[in-house]
Amino acid sequence: MARITASVYTSHVPAIGAAIDLGKTAEPYWAPLFAGYEPAKAWLEANTPDVIFLVYNDHATAFSLEIVPTFAIGVAAEYPPADEGYGARPVPKVIGHPALASHIAQSVIQDDFDLTIVNRMDVDHGLTVPLSLMCGRPAAWPCPVIPFAVNVVLYPVPSGSRCFQLGRAIRKAVASYDEDLCVQIWGTGGMSHQLHGRRAGLINREFDNAFLDQLIADPAQLARKPHVEYMREAGAEAVELVMWLIARGAMDDAEPGGKAPRVHHRFYHVPASNTAVGHLILENR
Amino acid sequence: MALDKPYLDIPGTTIFDMDESRKGYWLNQFCMSLMKAENRMRFKANERAYLDEWPMTEAQKQAVMARDLGRCIESGGNIYFLGKLGASDGRSFQYMAGSMTGMTEEAYRAMMMGGGRSIEGNRFTGEKK
Repeated sequence: MARITASVYTSHVPAIGAAIDLGKTAEPYWAPLFAGYEPAKAWLEANTPDVIFLVYNDHATAFSLEIVPTFAIGVAAEYPPADEGYGARPVPKVIGHPALASHIAQSVIQDDFDLTIVNRMDVDHGLTVPLSLMCGRPAAWPCPVIPFAVNVVLYPVPSGSRCFQLGRAIRKAVASYDEDLCVQIWGTGGMSHQLHGRRAGLINREFDNAFLDQLIADPAQLARKPHVEYMREAGAEAVELVMWLIARGAMDDAEPGGKAPRVHHRFYHVPASNTAVGHLILENR
Repeated sequence: MALDKPYLDIPGTTIFDMDESRKGYWLNQFCMSLMKAENRMRFKANERAYLDEWPMTEAQKQAVMARDLGRCIESGGNIYFLGKLGASDGRSFQYMAGSMTGMTEEAYRAMMMGGGRSIEGNRFTGEKK
């Protein structure tokens, strides 16, 4: 049987990808940020899963305004890194896991989450920056990845509780897959940031750290936080954080009687470009 | 009956919702077209002519040509789409975000290095700092 063994949470700021691609990680501006991911890289190397289920959002790359799916699951064999206007990132292509992805879609849709199925898609920094942060610059990514894109660009975006419940459905779907696979689920985006308007540059450390605390200790309650609180307190674009609740809802303790996860690593840093970077690794026991 | 939009009183902030999206559809789709190198070249060669191929409002076209991202946002633009316009000019997201704040590029960068803009006084329109 397949099983979700751990969840990883991280921001996916595009400038981080550029810093890696241009070899700037040792510069004083970036060094403290990348130092915070060193333990995470060591952990992933020692705990490489068979598949990563990667929750992220597309930033007007694969999806323009022509079609905006709220939840979209990639079932393709591979995904090229996208050209977002600066040229494609020089990173490996992303290899998918069509069999597990199709199984999850089959299960989750019958659990009332109406996913969009995607067979062809370029993946942008939302997906590739977390991989770079966790893996560095390998010739190939360490395992297949199932991209799961959430609309957080066009409001209304899905609610925190909808995301949390979706995580539970994903956990159930993975657990019913016959092959003995070790799966990690990653939730990405955030933390504080606002990229537009006179309030651009907003950072709220207190909000972010309270979010991390509650994500660890009481995610079901955190899932009830209304969107406007994210947007008002941590910047309009911080509403991306609802995606972390999908990963959190897929952990054992989201089910009655499930054991609380172990916190393997926690890190917070300001700034990366306009954004506060948060990172967490939770392991099922 | 009007729908509740509890985010309208957040200062200096435009939530890109269904109404904004409707207003900015062609502006954003124009931006999207700049992901193709040949379109970037055509746009750069004659901005006005390229913009006239799109059913955008005159105000949107003027805002694009002036690279006034604040006005682009006001007329329905979304920052992730407008990012394609900035990328065509070789601009970073930090430059683009900073350009809407009324601060210089240096002052904005220094603010971010110092921990970013404080939330105090920035929660509600008309709030006293």
